Amino acid sequence: MSDDEPTADGGEATDGDVLAVADHRRGTVRDVSFELVTAGRELADATGGELHVAVIAGDTERFAEVLSVEGVDVVHAVPNGEEFNHDVYRQAILALDDRLAPSYVLCPNSVNGLDYAPAVANALGVPYVSDAVELAYDEDDGLTATREMYGSKVETTVAVDAPRAVVTIRGGEWSPVEEAAEPVVETVEIEIDESRIRSRVTGFAETAGGDVDISDADVLVSVGRGIEEEENLPLVEALADALGATLSSSRPIVDNGWLPKNRQVGQSGKVVTPDVYVAIGISGAVQHVAGMKGSDTIVAINTDPNAPIFDIADYGIVGDLFEVVPELIEAFGGEGP
Amino acid sequence: MKVLVTVKEVAEPSDDFEIEGLGVAEAYLDYDLNEWDDYAVETAVQLAEAGDDVETVAVTVGPERSEETIRMALAKGVDRAVRVWDDALAESTMLDVATKTRLLAAVVDREEPDLVLTGVQASDDGFGATGVSLADAIDYGWAAVVNDMELTDDGRVASVHRELEGGVEELTEVDLPAVLTIQTGINEPRYASLRGIRQAQSKEIAPMDLADLGLSAADVESDLVLTDVYEPETESEATFFEGSADETAAELATVLREKGVGAE
Repeated sequence: MSDDEPTADGGEATDGDVLAVADHRRGTVRDVSFELVTAGRELADATGGELHVAVIAGDTERFAEVLSVEGVDVVHAVPNGEEFNHDVYRQAILALDDRLAPSYVLCPNSVNGLDYAPAVANALGVPYVSDAVELAYDEDDGLTATREMYGSKVETTVAVDAPRAVVTIRGGEWSPVEEAAEPVVETVEIEIDESRIRSRVTGFAETAGGDVDISDADVLVSVGRGIEEEENLPLVEALADALGATLSSSRPIVDNGWLPKNRQVGQSGKVVTPDVYVAIGISGAVQHVAGMKGSDTIVAINTDPNAPIFDIADYGIVGDLFEVVPELIEAFGGEGP
Repeated sequence: MKVLVTVKEVAEPSDDFEIEGLGVAEAYLDYDLNEWDDYAVETAVQLAEAGDDVETVAVTVGPERSEETIRMALAKGVDRAVRVWDDALAESTMLDVATKTRLLAAVVDREEPDLVLTGVQASDDGFGATGVSLADAIDYGWAAVVNDMELTDDGRVASVHRELEGGVEELTEVDLPAVLTIQTGINEPRYASLRGIRQAQSKEIAPMDLADLGLSAADVESDLVLTDVYEPETESEATFFEGSADETAAELATVLREKGVGAE
C-alpha cells in the first residue's frame, strides 16, 4: 500500500453510519441494490446512524434518481468511469469512507461485489463478512451475521469483534424497497490514481444463446449432479420427451460439458418461471434456486431428504432417480432409453 | 514464470449428520480437495504444460491431515507445495479472511509468483474472498470469478472472462503480476495418473509455521468469532409421496397430469 492511501485504522469507533454500495450493470440498477437499502436501513436503525448509498460509474445522475427511495438519507453519485471496474470502485469507496467514516460498508454478494469488497476490507484493515442472510446489532455485542456453511446444510452465527466491518449480503434475503423518496443527492468528484488501475473491461459476451430458450418452456425437466454420469443423460431426455417438456440442468452438468450453457438454470445461467419444474437429482444450491424459485409448481426427486430443494418444492419424492424416473416415463406412456 | 495455486482441504458432511459444539461431528465428515481449487490446479498445470520454464507451487493452510489433499495437487502435476500451520491457528474458532490473507501474503513474499490462482470460494465456509483480499494485500492486480483465461505472449497481461450473473461474461485484461479467482467449468480437471500419484510421493511439501513466515500469534487473531452452528429448520411444505418407486411415480404422474403435463 502506498503512503497517500487511507491508512488501515483497524476500526476506530464511529457513529453507526452505514454506507451501502449499489450494483448496476450496462445501464440498469440491479435488484439487489434495493435489497441493500432495506438491509442497510435496518442496520442503521439499530446503530442509530444514517444510511448512505454510493453509486459508482456510468450514468450516476440517473442511477441516483432511481436509488432515491424510502430509507436512504444520502445518495453519493461518483461519476468516474463508464462501467464497473474494481480498481475504480475500490478507490471511490475508500475516498467515501475517508469522508463519511461509516461503521459498516454494505455490499452485494454479487459477482462484482466479490471483485471489490474483499479488497476494500483489506485496504481499510477491517473484518470482512460475506454472504450474510441475516444481520443483527446491539450495543453490547456489536454486529452479528447469520451465514450458511456446506451449501445450505448448516447455519452459523458469526460475531464481529470490531467496531467496523465490510459486509456483503446475499441477494433475495431482504425485500427490496420500492417507495420513491427524496434523499439528499450529492455528486462526488474523486480523483482516481490511474497508476493503480491494473484491469480494463474490454467488452461483454452473451453465453447462453443458441437454439433453445429454456425460459420459454411451460414444463422443464431439470437434471443435476445426481445423474452421476454423462451416459445416464438419455434417461432424463426420455422423461422430458414423455412429459412434452424441455430439458434443462443445474450448473455441474454444464461445467462438465454434458449440456450446453443455454440449458443452465440459476444465477449464472437463466432465470426460469415455467408452470411445472421437475428437479431430478438437484440438491438445490442457493445459486440454482435463485433461477427457478418463481416456477408455479416445483417437483423434486432426490435421495437426500435434507436437500434444500425440498424447502421450495411443492411435491417431493425421497428416492433413487434411477428407480423412480423409469416408472414415471412408463406412467406417461413413454419409452426408456 | 512462477504460478502459485492456493488449495484448501474442505470437509463435506454426509446427508445425515449431527452438530457437536461449533461444527459438524467428525464422524460425519469426509475430506476432499475444494472443488473450485481443483479447477485452479488444472489451470496452473496447463500453463506449465504449455510454457517453457513454468514452475507451479501449491500452498495450503491446514493441519497435517491436509497433506493427503495437497498431495492430490502434486499428483496432478504441481511441482511442489507449502503447507502453513501453527498451533496458534488451531485455537481459533474460524480462520477469517484477514488471517488467511496475512498468512498467504507472507508466502507470496517468499515465493514471488507472477500469477496466483485461487478457487472462487471454498465449499465449506464459502467466504469467496481470499483471492481478492490477498491481491490487495500484496499489491497485485486481480480478477474474480474467471471462467476463461489466456496469457499474452509476453506474459504481461491475462485476458480473462469474468462470469457475471444471467449468462453474461465480462471481458477483462489484467496486468501481471495478478491473482485470478477461478470458477468451476473453466476446464476439465484431470484425474491423477498412477504415475503422477507415485511421483507425488517424492515431491516436497514444505511445512511452515508462523515463525517461519515472520509472523506472530497476534497476526492471526481473528476479528470474527463463530458463536453458533446449527441445522436450519426445514421450511419444507412439500407433499411427499411415499412407497415403492412405481407407487410414488404413479402418484406424481397423477399430480402432473392435473397440472396439464403431457396433455397434448
